[in-house]
Amino acid sequence: MNLEFSPEEIAFRDEVRTFIAENYPVELRGKQDEGDELSKEDFLSWHKVLAKKGWVAPAWPVEYGGTGWTPTQRYIWSEETARADCIRLMPFGLTMVGPVIYTFGTPEQKAKFLPRILSGEDWWCQGYSEPGSGSDLASLRTKAVQDGDHYVVNGQKTWTTMAQYADWGFFLVRTNADAKQQEGISFLLVDMKTPGIEVRPIITLGGEHEVNEVWLEDVRVPVENRVYEENKGWTCAKFLLAHERSGIAGVAASKRGVEKIKEIAKTEMDDDRPLLTNPFFRRKVAELEMDLTALEYTELRTLAGEAQGKGPGPESSLLKIKGSEIQQRITELTLEAAGHYGAPYFRGFGEGDNEHPIGPEYANRSAPVYFNVRKTTIYGGSNEIQRNIIAKMVLGL
Amino acid sequence: MDFNYTDTQDMLRDTLARFLADTYDFESRKKMIASDAGRDPGIWRALATDLGILSAPFSEEQGGLGGGAIENLIMMEELGKVIAVEPYLQTVVIGGGALKAAGGALADAVIPEIIGGNVIIGFAYAEPKGRYNLANISTTAKKDGAGYVLNGHKAVVYAAPWATHLLVTARTGGSQRERAGVDLFLIDAKSAGITRRDYPTVDGFQASEVYFENVAIPGDALLTGGIDLIEQIVDEATVAVCGEACGVTRKLHEGTLDYSKQRQQFGQPIGRFQVLQHRMADMFLEVEQIMSMTLMATLKLDLPAAERKAMVSLAKAKVSRSAKFVGQNAVQTHGGIGITQELAIGHYFKRATMIEGQFGSADWHLDRYEQLTLSDGT
Ligand SMILES: Cc1cc2nc3c(=O)[nH]c(=O)nc-3n(C[C@H](O)[C@H](O)[C@H](O)COP(=O)(O)OP(=O)(O)OC[C@H]3O[C@@H](n4cnc5c(N)ncnc54)[C@H](O)[C@@H]3O)c2cc1C
Ligand SMILES: Cc1cc2nc3c(=O)[nH]c(=O)nc-3n(C[C@H](O)[C@H](O)[C@H](O)COP(=O)(O)OP(=O)(O)OC[C@H]3O[C@@H](n4cnc5c(N)ncnc54)[C@H](O)[C@@H]3O)c2cc1C
Repeated sequence: MNLEFSPEEIAFRDEVRTFIAENYPVELRGKQDEGDELSKEDFLSWHKVLAKKGWVAPAWPVEYGGTGWTPTQRYIWSEETARADCIRLMPFGLTMVGPVIYTFGTPEQKAKFLPRILSGEDWWCQGYSEPGSGSDLASLRTKAVQDGDHYVVNGQKTWTTMAQYADWGFFLVRTNADAKQQEGISFLLVDMKTPGIEVRPIITLGGEHEVNEVWLEDVRVPVENRVYEENKGWTCAKFLLAHERSGIAGVAASKRGVEKIKEIAKTEMDDDRPLLTNPFFRRKVAELEMDLTALEYTELRTLAGEAQGKGPGPESSLLKIKGSEIQQRITELTLEAAGHYGAPYFRGFGEGDNEHPIGPEYANRSAPVYFNVRKTTIYGGSNEIQRNIIAKMVLGL
Repeated sequence: MDFNYTDTQDMLRDTLARFLADTYDFESRKKMIASDAGRDPGIWRALATDLGILSAPFSEEQGGLGGGAIENLIMMEELGKVIAVEPYLQTVVIGGGALKAAGGALADAVIPEIIGGNVIIGFAYAEPKGRYNLANISTTAKKDGAGYVLNGHKAVVYAAPWATHLLVTARTGGSQRERAGVDLFLIDAKSAGITRRDYPTVDGFQASEVYFENVAIPGDALLTGGIDLIEQIVDEATVAVCGEACGVTRKLHEGTLDYSKQRQQFGQPIGRFQVLQHRMADMFLEVEQIMSMTLMATLKLDLPAAERKAMVSLAKAKVSRSAKFVGQNAVQTHGGIGITQELAIGHYFKRATMIEGQFGSADWHLDRYEQLTLSDGT
């Protein structure tokens, strides 16, 4: 047992650090994942730099374009990108549908879709949730009926993140209404430009447009765009959910978040002293670091297990629960640090808007971000559902 | 011991509740906020003239109904239930409260105008660096002949874009953070030398950064009482905000309870899941304690300053924590729909969040309580 990086790993870290310093797009510097609303171009500019370098999908098998990095190298990568305040890449292609396609897809599907996910040519969205099917995903009702070499899809999806930009979506649809719920679902890849698809915005509490309703009316999807067997889509979905959860701890980004709180609290005055010397505030920062360290070493143990061939199991629920709670506490403390200046509603710099923000910059979006990040305990399987999974799968209750 | 409201107080509540039920549904509120002014001035006029209830907390000699803090609590609680964006706190509780306490010609002149709905007041006390210490201010009011000249910058002044008057804390003497030398002025919001930068707030109000540059104000704009008066009216305002929290959190709890009975997942209402039942039971406990603490503090506002401050702080600390608990869990129990602009619940959550920090966070109030009651180690 050993917590040190090897000399090779340190050399790798330096290489990564230099690469980011030299190649992170200038126009993205200073922009934050949560604080600023990022455009499609923002996301793609960093994506494309990494695609060119061959580093855009570290976890993929080498044969499909992965880096072949060890879990430690991947850990170093996420640490370094967070440390440099790099924006996070959209996960829908890279960490969701990509792995499903290389695990379950046909050779044709792999050849068609994987390179375009890597290059950033296709923007993907995830069409799982429906108005009546959130936590109870398997109850979904969007229906696909085969008609010759096409499926005809009808129904409604919701909460579809960034669907307004999407070229493709992966959808769970019901292909057999008579079977047991989980056994009548198929996994379809849908061209978002197909006639009959309508994307309508949902505006969330911070004023953001990041989620959508997706309405499907007689949408014709070629049968060749079904991944895996008909009515076996749940297998893909479960595989994907486990993948989604393992990245969700967000340790590196949260570490950076805590550092930012410290920077803020050094500047922000609490009456006659910097906020960071206020014993109550400082204690909350220390508690955050305590829990974050506990999460970090839990994740490292999981990563080490993965290196020995253990896939992410129900334990990944632990990472999701603790990771999301910590992300929320960071936004809570940031808002608290902002004091009076948490109240002004500042929408960021729109086009032609050159007004100065109100109060210190760190305070500007502190409340909208706090509101927005309530989502982390709801999406990706709510924290209640994660605890149910632990109770059932880990504790045998 | 008696926790009952009088018939007149019940009537005040009913009158206001009925009016708000007719005028302040969620869709109407949305429209008011989206309008240019950010509110519907007709509501304020109706409260003043049709209902005649802006007079509730003023004495009969002042043209009021003879009420006080309990009437303010009733008003704030009902306004909280519809997350109203009316300037009642700033105008009646704070402005009216300061005038009531200071008395004099200015009070005699302005109180009837408040009651009549012709005056709206913004409370300009916070400064960019002062945080919650009311004496930590650098805005100055320099004596100049019979009057004063005002200079400085006040931060996040709620209701300032609508205000006819500003209630301003400023230094007439002493150094930054010194208690002595802090005074309170009620001035015309249109005085020459005042500039504002207006903006909406995250909880649906309108507020401003207010800048004073050599603003000449008359001598009788001063409300005598200094920092003690300021602390008293801020304590009254703090308790009024607790009253608002009673209304806001009750609605958060009720809305969540209703939703949990309607929303079906796994073939049953989500309210059947025990983890959610316990959570809603806990939310209920917190709402009840918010009510208890608010009543307690309301009834202690007349105590000598040290005791008053201690009990107000205890109340606000509890209310801040409970409002956070209720708000966060209301959203969580709603799932995705809880974080959209579409549903009212998210808007109640935003207001609850802002209440947490208003006039001091839980930590700040616990600290004040400790210093007042525990610091001598006995
Ligand atoms: C910002 C955001 C982005 C999203 N992006 C996507 C996306 O891109 N694609 C997509 O398909 N979906 C997406 N989702 C949807 C997300 O997966 C769902 O919101 C989530 O599954 C919860 O479903 P729901 O919102 O319908 O809540 P519900 O399932 O109605 O849950 C309401 C409450 O009941 C609780 N609950 C439900 N069942 C149980 C139970 N058995 N035991 C105990 N408690 C229970 C929940 O935990 C929650 O607190 C997104 C959601 C959000 C908020
Ligand atoms: C100091 C002491 C004094 C007592 N005095 C008396 C007395 O004078 N007379 C008398 O008759 N009894 C007395 N009791 C007994 C007491 O009433 C029982 O201990 C109590 O009813 C719990 O029963 P149990 O101990 O069998 O625990 P259980 O009922 O077995 O409960 C075990 C755990 O499961 C939980 N649990 C059980 N059912 C549910 C559910 N439906 N949902 C969620 N959680 C659940 C419980 O909350 C508990 O945490 C006393 C107990 C103690 C400890």
